[in-house]
Amino acid sequence: MTKKPFTRVSMHTALSVSVLLASGAFAATANAEKFGFGTTPTAEEIAAINIDVMPDGRGYPSGSGTVAQGKEIYTQQCASCHGDDMQSVKGTGADALIGGRGSIGTEKTKKTVESYWPYASTLFDYIKRAMPFTAPGSLTNDEIYAVSAYILHKGNIIDADATMNAETMSKVEMPNKDGFIPDPRPDVFNYR
Amino acid sequence: MTKVDDTGPSYPDLSGFDLPADKLAQIKAMQEAEKRSLMARKAELEECECREGMFPNPIASRRSLFAGAAAAVAAGALPVIARADAPPGAIEFDVPDDSTKVQGRLTNDDGGYGSRSQFEDEVRWRFPTATKESSWTMTPLAAGMGIITPSGLHFERHHGGIPTINPANHTLTVHGMCKTPKKYTMADLKRFPSESRVHFIECSGNGLTEFLKPNLKTVQGTHGLTSTSEWTGVPLSTILAEVGVEPGAAWILAEGADAAVMTRSVPIDKAWSDAMLVYGQNGEAIRPEQGYPLRLLLPGFEGNTHIKWLRRLEISDKPFMTREETSKYTDVVKDGKARQFTFMMEAKSVVTFPSGEMKLPGPGFYEITGIAWSGRGRIKDVEVTTDGGKTWHYASMQGPILPIAHTRFRFPWMWDGNPALIASRCIDETGYMQPTIAQINEVRGVNGSAKYGSIYHLNGIMAWAVAADGTVTNAAHQV
Ligand code: HEC
Repeated sequence: MTKKPFTRVSMHTALSVSVLLASGAFAATANAEKFGFGTTPTAEEIAAINIDVMPDGRGYPSGSGTVAQGKEIYTQQCASCHGDDMQSVKGTGADALIGGRGSIGTEKTKKTVESYWPYASTLFDYIKRAMPFTAPGSLTNDEIYAVSAYILHKGNIIDADATMNAETMSKVEMPNKDGFIPDPRPDVFNYR
Repeated sequence: MTKVDDTGPSYPDLSGFDLPADKLAQIKAMQEAEKRSLMARKAELEECECREGMFPNPIASRRSLFAGAAAAVAAGALPVIARADAPPGAIEFDVPDDSTKVQGRLTNDDGGYGSRSQFEDEVRWRFPTATKESSWTMTPLAAGMGIITPSGLHFERHHGGIPTINPANHTLTVHGMCKTPKKYTMADLKRFPSESRVHFIECSGNGLTEFLKPNLKTVQGTHGLTSTSEWTGVPLSTILAEVGVEPGAAWILAEGADAAVMTRSVPIDKAWSDAMLVYGQNGEAIRPEQGYPLRLLLPGFEGNTHIKWLRRLEISDKPFMTREETSKYTDVVKDGKARQFTFMMEAKSVVTFPSGEMKLPGPGFYEITGIAWSGRGRIKDVEVTTDGGKTWHYASMQGPILPIAHTRFRFPWMWDGNPALIASRCIDETGYMQPTIAQINEVRGVNGSAKYGSIYHLNGIMAWAVAADGTVTNAAHQV
């Protein structure tokens, strides 16, 4: 069993490897610094699952979509849960997507894409991975750009004639972009 | 059948609190869920003699009655009892009048995998979210013993249901800022040197109903989003060394293979220190609802970051700002700003016996017991009060006391029959002492109240009131 030489080594791997090397257990291994298990994924294999998009624009795929196109997609594929007015349909568990701007921290606090989300990239990223809830991962990149554009427009963040693509979407500034601060905990100083 | 009072337990009126609608709805839904489970239990209690007992076990008496009646009817023939009648995780068997006079069940007749007793009925209960895919269940802590949570009772939180994944087809891809990207099968991962460690996982939403006033009735409702298991897998540092992390790398995106394709950004320091890729839980393969076949374990960090069904790790220089670390799991504090990233689950403890909805049969000796835990390391001390915080006494702690794990504490108590207010507080190895809920609201809340802001990361002291008749109720905020 290949597992045998490892079983006696219990803790931190960096240390374990050097111990093994010193004891000669790895003498026969081609690349003595590494265990070398696993395979090298192809660029295509990585691309197929590397779907995330970052605030600085890294990760946006090619493609584009307009507010008008987005309206159609939204009406057909999102409104049943999030509502025609984007205020969510009761009993679906879907969040309201717009409204509440300036309300965060007040007695009318309402967290939505418009009022709370600091980055537009999160919208593209999240729709791509998880929406529509009943058919996640089913939208094309063009459709995701379009429906994102429609939500951002209804949230009064971009104009009605806007087109979203990798370039324009990474430039969108969200109303609550400065709404986040680092976690200062421990915030209660009860030390003994 | 006795008629059950269908109004059920009453809950505090929240109208005076002027809560935002979504928050109000959330708390009300939670009350509703607990109420339903309590009423189901009460319906059974009505039919048994056990309601004065401190550990009411309606199943035990119902089942022996049932078996007796069935036997009488069948008169000689073995009654065939539907297996579906057994509680989840159990199988219904005939109960003989005298187990010494008949042979028992056949060895290995369970197919080689055992089940729990048909008389044990503790289950997780589900928060009644609108969808059952994005929902959570809570661990029945009151029935817990020691420090390990049975795998089948470990709390759950899913955003896109529980995927069914064939481990033979599951892979983990590690890429981004590294010299040699890698794709690992489960077989590959199991060849690496492994480790087993006991750690709790706690959802940062644990206790969200209790920020303002005592709300849910049971410790399952107030604290059931924490569980402890022994986890087995590969230290993430091993994998990072394999792929050769490039200079400037600071964050890793962890991504699951569920319908939510759940993602969180993990600071690389955490990844190098004690993070693990786990495939084992309590001595067997990790349960599907806990991430089968592979889960990221970040000891002490909020539960959502422990990505289940892990399929991808991307090494980067910046955090990815996913929905779950912006829209959710962030706490709005005093000035309307939200904290990000609130990873650490700070020191916390709770008394699990006696706790809400129990009834002490009368004055005399009781062993107060509960659990304490801290994301920052070991628990150093646990203190218990029975007089509402006027005096605190050291509890004894069950060893070994493990870092970032539930620690069982116990305290012997002679109850004199007068009303008592019981609570625990813990101090972890950094010297941090569990604060009161009021202290937390004071530093985080808007105008001294959490109502507009924080609903996550509540680690304040929990109290239980024991009335003269022995009834135990939620007394959060009273200590
Ligand atoms: C079947 C109902 C349903 C449909 C259809 C649906 N959603 Fe959702 N949506 C949900 C639910 C449920 C959630 C919350 C998921 C969770 O709990 O993690 C959600 C969450 C979201 C969020 C995150 C909101 C927040 O504040 O965090 C966005 C954005 C979103 N949906 C966009 C869309 C878009 C765009 C479409 C159409 C392409 C769509 N949804 C279709 C049910 C739905």
